[in-house]
Amino acid sequence: MNQGALSPFAQTVLPILGAGSLILAWQFLLPLAGVPAYIVPTPTAIAGVFARNGSLLLSNLWPTAIEALSGFVLGNLAAVLLAIVFVHSRTLQAAYFPVVLFFNTIPVLALAPVVILIFGLGMLPKIVIAAVICFFPTLINMIRGLESASASEHELFRVLSATRWEVFWRLRLPRALPMLFASLRIASATAVIGAIVGEWIGSDKGLGALIIQATFNYQSDRLYAAIVLSSLLSIGFFMTVVVTERWSVRYR
Amino acid sequence: MAAPAIETSGLDVGYPGRRSPVTVISGLDLTVEAGTFLSILGPSGCGKSTFLRVVADLLAPLAGTIRVMGETPSAVRSGRGVGFVFQDSTLLPWRTARENVRLPIQVGRRSLSRMIDDRADELLELVGLSELSERLPHQLSGGQRQRLAIARALLGEPRLLLMDEPFGALDEITRDRLNDELLNLWRRTGTTVLFVTHSIAEAVYLGQRVIVLAAHPGRIVADHDLRPLKGPDNRCSREDPAIVAAMARMRSALGAAS
Repeated sequence: MNQGALSPFAQTVLPILGAGSLILAWQFLLPLAGVPAYIVPTPTAIAGVFARNGSLLLSNLWPTAIEALSGFVLGNLAAVLLAIVFVHSRTLQAAYFPVVLFFNTIPVLALAPVVILIFGLGMLPKIVIAAVICFFPTLINMIRGLESASASEHELFRVLSATRWEVFWRLRLPRALPMLFASLRIASATAVIGAIVGEWIGSDKGLGALIIQATFNYQSDRLYAAIVLSSLLSIGFFMTVVVTERWSVRYR
Repeated sequence: MAAPAIETSGLDVGYPGRRSPVTVISGLDLTVEAGTFLSILGPSGCGKSTFLRVVADLLAPLAGTIRVMGETPSAVRSGRGVGFVFQDSTLLPWRTARENVRLPIQVGRRSLSRMIDDRADELLELVGLSELSERLPHQLSGGQRQRLAIARALLGEPRLLLMDEPFGALDEITRDRLNDELLNLWRRTGTTVLFVTHSIAEAVYLGQRVIVLAAHPGRIVADHDLRPLKGPDNRCSREDPAIVAAMARMRSALGAAS
C-alpha cells in the first residue's frame, strides 16, 4: 500500500475520475442490470431534460432559490442577534434558552403545516420554514463562539478599560467568526431543504413542487433533473459561504 | 518624594467563592518604592498571581487597603497606568503583530487613547520584531509572541508593569535571553515592575528586591533587598557567588515554609 501524500495533480484529477467512473457505470451498467428507466433514468436522459425543459427548470429554480436565500439570511440573522442578547444578559438566557431548546425538539416536518396555516400558500411560509431550520444550530454555535474568548483575553481588555461594545466588537465577535461560519456552512444546505419541504406541503411552483408533480406523473427524468438542480443550488450557497469565510477569517 | 508604587496594609486577597470568599493571602503589608524591579517568588497556589490581579483592579481585595501610586487600583487602571503581561501571550490571532501592539490605542476612553503616541513601530524595533510586524501570531515563536505582548503592555507608557509568569512556558535559553532584554527595557523606561515567577533563578537574576511567598496561607516568608549585590543599574552574573548564595537563601526560605 502506498501511504505517501498524493501529488497536487492527483488530488485534483482523482475526484474527477472517481465521479466520472460512477457516472459511466450509472449510464451503462444500470440499464444492463435491468433497472428500468422510470426508476433510475440514465445521466444522458437527465441531461436531456436540462436541454429540452431548461426554461421550466429555471422558472422553478428561482422561487426555491429566493425562499432558501431569504430563509438563510433571516434565520441566521435572528440567531446571531439572539445569541448576542443571550451572552450579554444571563437573566434573559436563563429565562428563554430552555424555551428555545424545547422549540428545537419539534420536527420541522411537523411544524411545516402550522406555518402554512399561519402564512398561507405564498413564498412567505417557505421562507419561514427555511429560517427555522437554519436558526438553531447557528444560535448554539454563536453563543459558544461569543463566549470562547479566554479569561486572560477578557482581563486584557479590562486592563485597557475597554467598553462592553469594544469587547464585543474587537474580541467576542472575531473569536466567534470561525464557529459562526461552521454553522453557516451547514445552514447553506439545510435552508434549501427547508424551502423544498415547504413547497411539498403547498405550492405550485419551485423545485419542491416540481419534484412532487414529476413523481406523480412518472416523469422520473424530470424528477432527477429537479434533484440535481436542488443539489447544485445547495452547492452554490455552500461555495458562497466558503468564499466569504476565506475572505473574512484570516486565522487558523 | 513620590508616593510608593504599591502600599498595602492588612490586605486580604482571594476569590469570591460560591458560598463564602476563598482567602488566598491574608494580612499582607507591603510597600514597594516607585521604579523598583520587584520579583514575587512562590509556589503555585500561594496567591502571587491573585495579588497581581488585585493591583491591576481585575479583582477586588477581600479586606484591607491597597494604594497604587497613591491612588486606588481602579483609578490607576482607568487612567491607563498599568501594563499587564500574561503567562500566555494573549495575542489576538486575527491581528498582525503591529495591530496587536496597537490594541491599547484602539480601545478604552478616546480622550486617553489620543494622548498615547502611536509608538508601535518604535516598540517593535525595541523588542526586535520590526521585520515581522505583518506576521500573524501563529507565525511567530513562543519567545517572539511574549516579546510582542511586552511591547503591547509598554505602548501606553504605563507607570507600573505587571508580569504574571510571562516566560514560564519558554525554553531556558529563550528565557535567559528575554530576561536580559526585559532588564534593558526596564533600564530605559524606569517603570516599576512586579514580576511574578516560580523560578528562583529568574526571580534573583531580575529583581532588585525579591519577596518570597508561601502557600496555605499565602504570606511573605522572606524579603530580600538585592541592590547591595547588584548596584543601581541592577546588573549581576548568574555565576556570581553572592547571587548563588542569595538563591540558596530563597530556596531554604521556601523549603522552611512548606
